Amino acid sequence: MSDTPLLRTPLFENHVALGAKMVPFAGWEMPVQYSGIVPEHQAVRKAVGVFDISHMGQFIVSGDDALAFLNRSLTNDVSKLEIGQGQYSLMLNDAGGVIDDLILYRTSQLEYFVVVNASMIDVDWAHLRSLLSSEEDVHMANLSDATAGLAVQGPKSRAVFEKIFGSEAVFPPHNSIFVSADDAGFMWLCGTGYTGEDGFEFFSPASNASAWFDKIVAAVREEGGVPCGLGARDTLRLEMGYPLNGNDLSPAKTPLEAGLGFFVAMEKEAFTGKAALTSQKKAGLPSKLAAFKMTGTAPPPRPHYPVAYNGEIVGEVASGTQSPSLSAGIGMVYLPTEAAKIGTAIEIEIRGRRFPAEIVKKPFYRKDGV
Amino acid sequence: MSLVPDHLRYRDSHEWVDASQAISPVGITDHAQAELTDVVFVDPPKLGPVKAGQQVCVIESVKAASDIYTPVSGEIVEVNAELSANPGLINTDPYGAGWIYKIKLSDAGEASSLKDAAAYKALIG
Repeated sequence: MSDTPLLRTPLFENHVALGAKMVPFAGWEMPVQYSGIVPEHQAVRKAVGVFDISHMGQFIVSGDDALAFLNRSLTNDVSKLEIGQGQYSLMLNDAGGVIDDLILYRTSQLEYFVVVNASMIDVDWAHLRSLLSSEEDVHMANLSDATAGLAVQGPKSRAVFEKIFGSEAVFPPHNSIFVSADDAGFMWLCGTGYTGEDGFEFFSPASNASAWFDKIVAAVREEGGVPCGLGARDTLRLEMGYPLNGNDLSPAKTPLEAGLGFFVAMEKEAFTGKAALTSQKKAGLPSKLAAFKMTGTAPPPRPHYPVAYNGEIVGEVASGTQSPSLSAGIGMVYLPTEAAKIGTAIEIEIRGRRFPAEIVKKPFYRKDGV
Repeated sequence: MSLVPDHLRYRDSHEWVDASQAISPVGITDHAQAELTDVVFVDPPKLGPVKAGQQVCVIESVKAASDIYTPVSGEIVEVNAELSANPGLINTDPYGAGWIYKIKLSDAGEASSLKDAAAYKALIG
């Protein structure tokens, strides 16, 4: 156990006042739930929910060489970003393994806004700095400590947005970013999320986070929604098959193995990890991240449970939970490539007993059964 | 405020038993079910003899798997078959239809080491 004291977001007191159950997550003391994971999950699928995402990290990277620098540091093609657009991308080590997954937004001609995972802020920052040469015109700022963030997710997000920002305000389109400023500081408003639902996220100065949160919670409740914790955040993202770094992504696995090839621009001249990915592609992937669903009554699959294929243990559950939408156990697991095919039967070992599961297509959950 | 019936006895790990009966149901408290929330699976105990404090089964919520310890020694003579189809009974009726197993108590005196309702209420605040 680490003795490092847990960090608290500027909304800690708000969460406690709302009766949240606080747990350690990625070095932070975060709300895992308020009313319960299932009701919070259902609120996001059917109405709306608000999440504290202040623990996440934000960098600004700017300058004449910012585009070239980011393009050789990350996997996706940064040159495709118009001002106001965002893209999912990955930061790799030289072996092609995933250091972190992130969203990169272009906020102006020469400026980019990067949102990274809470547990990786220091690692990502150091990694990017190490790739930067002194001749380059690149300026980096780490806003993580000064910035709070909220995610509003669910079909009623637009109604909440209108209540908060007024009916004249433009709801940020999917994967877009608007930057604004007032006396209190900057606000980065993004059309992104981690739930598969319509929604928006914004980052703004920590000093006024509490006022924003109270206002949004009130608007969310008026629309039949609730504040949501990390428990629901995890079940929601897993139903969509979205990876979580630390569970589904690791320095030992490449984005190709994780099924994220779409976000790797192999046609780019060079980027960290490209050589390793090229040779892995040539040799064939040793493993692939597969989505599985329990096929009968079984305890929920959870991370690290052993996974058997053809009777042999071949890996362990990366992410796993009971899907509130499907009322079934779902999860993801790295399997030998030949086993990672839709319909393959596997078994999840839970407390010494093996329960059947099947490889299925992602996402696990589709809106209105589409 | 959680329900804590006066006629039951409680283990610190939040299981209840009715020590006045020769064969008593055992379950988890209202407080415990509220903490767990959303019970989705019950891994039932094996029938047969058990010692007080022994881990006998596991209750799974979306959040976590929780071990259940028998508050008293005796023989587990029945498990609640309803829970396999409807584990949420533990949430909706923890002292009634949400019972987990029935135990034939081997030593009714053992229950005196468990908390009474007042002491359990003090424990959960």
